[in-house]
Amino acid sequence: MDQAEWKLLKEIADLEKTPQGAYNIRRNGQLDSRNNTANIEITTKTEPGKSGINITVKSGTKHESVHIPVIISQTGLSELVYNDFFIGDDCDVDIVAGCGIHNTGCETSQHDGVHTFHIGKNSKVRYVERHYGEGPGTGKRIMNPQTVVYLDEGASMNMESTQIRGVDSTKRETRIVVGKGAEAVITEKLLTHGQQTAESDMEIILDGEDATGRVISRSVAQDDSVQVFYPKMTGNTKCFGHVQCDSIIMGNAKISSIPAIVANHVDAQLIHEAAIGRIAGDQILKLMTLGLTEQEAEEKILDGFLQ
Amino acid sequence: MLEISHLSYQVEGEEGQELGILNDVSLSVKDNQFVVITGPNGGGKTTLAKAIMGLVKPTGGTIRWNGTDVTDLDITGRARLGISYGFQQPPRFKGLKVKDLLALASGSKTLTREEGCQYLTKVGLCAGDYIDREVDASLSGGEVKRIEIATILARKTGLMIFDEPEAGIDLWSFAKLTETFKLIHQKREATLIVISHQERIIDLADEIVMIADGQIQKQGPKDEIFPQILANTSAGCTYLAKGANK
Repeated sequence: MDQAEWKLLKEIADLEKTPQGAYNIRRNGQLDSRNNTANIEITTKTEPGKSGINITVKSGTKHESVHIPVIISQTGLSELVYNDFFIGDDCDVDIVAGCGIHNTGCETSQHDGVHTFHIGKNSKVRYVERHYGEGPGTGKRIMNPQTVVYLDEGASMNMESTQIRGVDSTKRETRIVVGKGAEAVITEKLLTHGQQTAESDMEIILDGEDATGRVISRSVAQDDSVQVFYPKMTGNTKCFGHVQCDSIIMGNAKISSIPAIVANHVDAQLIHEAAIGRIAGDQILKLMTLGLTEQEAEEKILDGFLQ
Repeated sequence: MLEISHLSYQVEGEEGQELGILNDVSLSVKDNQFVVITGPNGGGKTTLAKAIMGLVKPTGGTIRWNGTDVTDLDITGRARLGISYGFQQPPRFKGLKVKDLLALASGSKTLTREEGCQYLTKVGLCAGDYIDREVDASLSGGEVKRIEIATILARKTGLMIFDEPEAGIDLWSFAKLTETFKLIHQKREATLIVISHQERIIDLADEIVMIADGQIQKQGPKDEIFPQILANTSAGCTYLAKGANK
């Protein structure tokens, strides 16, 4: 891998060298390197015409991690990848995914990833997904991630999805089915600028008794960028769901936030909050009185908001 | 030394007439003095304090700090010259934590947890409970106010201006706060200008400035001015004069 590719890996997976534990690095549509452990096995899909991997985590696996970053430095490459996770019972694992595109050419580079998780009873999964684009080329950098999660009884999924600058167009779809006593927490952070567009379509289905779902979405839209959010929380039984969407709008950007809560049971307790607004003037003034310039104050406020 | 000369701030009224929020205000504050500015609501106290910080641009007059004319300097420039201002109604920040604000205020990227906690303790906050919290709507008005004051203490500048620091603060925290002001003054760490109506804060002052109708009405040593203010508190009220309290 060259320097630009290592930089991508650092941005999306915080990796400066090959990671410890299980990993699968996909580079320009091909397997670059892979490591399995005693408890985590990664295999290449064998179905014809379906690119991707299966990640199988044995029941009882604790404190292990899986890194599956994807990097694209070849301009004009477009791919659709299916990654399926089979997490056993009573596991406690960290999964780091993400995609980085370095486009130096004039053709579009695109990565569409479909991640499906089957999480066993009482297992805890922390899932971090970062999307990052860069490069001097005029070619577009497009990423369309799709995440589908099935949480079995007592399981939990803490998903953190981050896309800060660099991706011209994204359409993300997330669908999580939460079983009995299980919990899904999704934190989404997004910053778009220039002419970028981002659409996020999310559905959390609280299907088992005492299921819990939380969505925390924070976004910043700058310049002429456009963002659209559709977070939907559905309660089919006694459950608790909370959707919170906060956006900062700047320049000529446009943001639509269309949360929905659907109760199909009398004991479904669902809440949504959504707010869009510019940076408050008194926030900037306060930080200027601490010695920051107006621009430094604005950056600090945005950094904190997306922290 | 802070020197304010002939400071005016005029705004246009609804019918286009000039309204004087500050009219020809002149004031000198020597280094490490403790000055309390008091007076009726709407008299111009906050506007004067904001003009010193650069939050309000005066329409006339000059402001000098330590010999430098800061009248045309922006907020950042004045802050970097050692002027601090604690907002009467401080803003909240979604995502920024108390420790982030204190680190920004202190100008040190490596502000230790212990240092941050010391500033919070000085304003009566149980530091361990607050240092990692976000300065957002989950905090009460009094809590945000005390964090605001802590940021001014963390700046350790030569001029500290506090705008009604007592507002929204409970009795116990207020006692801690007055003690902190007293210590700063005793150690001669900074020039303190405090807008206040509280007797316990006024009692700490070297000098009292009373502002009403955009002008300095009275100015002088505490022992001289404070009795006059107390004597005049209700004398001019027509309702009391007519015996409304009988």
